[in-house]
Amino acid sequence: MSSVPFDDFDSPRSGRHRSRGVNWEKWGWIYMRVSGVILLVLIFGHLFVNLMVGEGVKAIDFAFVGGKLSNPFWQVWDTLMLWLALIHGANGMRTLVNDYARGARSRAILKGSIFAAAAILIVLGTLVVFTFDPCPPVSAADAHLLPSFCPAP
Amino acid sequence: MSTATLDAPTQDDAVQSFTVTFIIRRFDPEVDDEPRWQDFDVEMFATDRVLDALHKIKWEQDGSLTFRRSCAHGICGSDAMRINGRNRLACKTLIKDLDISKPIYVEAIKGLPLEKDLVVDMEPFFESYREVQPFLIARSEPGAGKERVQSVADRARFDDTTKCILCAACTSSCPVFWTDGQYFGPAAIVNAHRFIFDSRDDAAKVRLDILNDKEGVWRCRTTFNCTEACPRGIQITQAIAEVKQAVMRGKP
Repeated sequence: MSSVPFDDFDSPRSGRHRSRGVNWEKWGWIYMRVSGVILLVLIFGHLFVNLMVGEGVKAIDFAFVGGKLSNPFWQVWDTLMLWLALIHGANGMRTLVNDYARGARSRAILKGSIFAAAAILIVLGTLVVFTFDPCPPVSAADAHLLPSFCPAP
Repeated sequence: MSTATLDAPTQDDAVQSFTVTFIIRRFDPEVDDEPRWQDFDVEMFATDRVLDALHKIKWEQDGSLTFRRSCAHGICGSDAMRINGRNRLACKTLIKDLDISKPIYVEAIKGLPLEKDLVVDMEPFFESYREVQPFLIARSEPGAGKERVQSVADRARFDDTTKCILCAACTSSCPVFWTDGQYFGPAAIVNAHRFIFDSRDDAAKVRLDILNDKEGVWRCRTTFNCTEACPRGIQITQAIAEVKQAVMRGKP
């Protein structure tokens, strides 16, 4: 028995096109596992703090949300949750399109819509989390529109 | 004359038989545009198999019924078919394990091109099987006159995936394979697993590289259809998960 030259194995699959470079399917799969575990903590932590701690669900109002979004800790928490969940969900929907949509055209339209929806929601959500100000500076005439906890202008 | 003879079996001694209705998905490419369902009533014993029913239909009722079978004992993997919506081997499915108060539906496995009645074109299935290089690739030479020695533990590592008989019951039960014929499918990954985790084999990296593809192991959705369909009881989804981990590690 003679030894096999291993150079023969460098291009084992001539029949099927194989793209070099980043393997997105692999990283997509790993992302789903990792983000899933992190989201378990983030989402249940979010639900616990909002619904069970202190007064519980009765405490949720404009002031409660305003207060949370002015705290850097919750800003980071919510931003992480937003990005991880939306990309996780969008990647899952992309998988469904791969599995069920047949035509190249319908695939492109569906995947484009999923990407657009996720991108718009991520940008919008991130903007809100970091720029939300429950007491914006207003003229004295509009001061009655502000929530009651804001200091008088 | 007082010759000892066996008493002729009376009606009471006879094993009870049942009339079982089979509804079979027929397709003759020379006649039919679309597959059609046809029903047959067959007299069966509880210990008969679905394959026996197909034989009775072919031999006694309709000789044009077409199906594959070779060994008829669950080893060759020729007669995988969809029986009451589940992929099974016709030769391992006993009548007593089916609900014969209702008709039994038999059709060809899905996801592969239908050729005639219960026969499909297996070429796409074997094509992806060939692509994972399902044979021993060894760089080293065993000592003169010696075989390659393997410990019991090393042999046990891939024992489960050596049981595959290539019947395609798993691959043709996989929803990803149904919609994307480019996916390797569970059977090819099982047979890659058999060599990737074989201590005598040296080409695990090559096979992991092949399966680390857009249409490789990452398309698996862990729906466990393959594990449920396997007539050999191979833990297929687990084998695929082990290959996924090996791809991430870069070695078995």
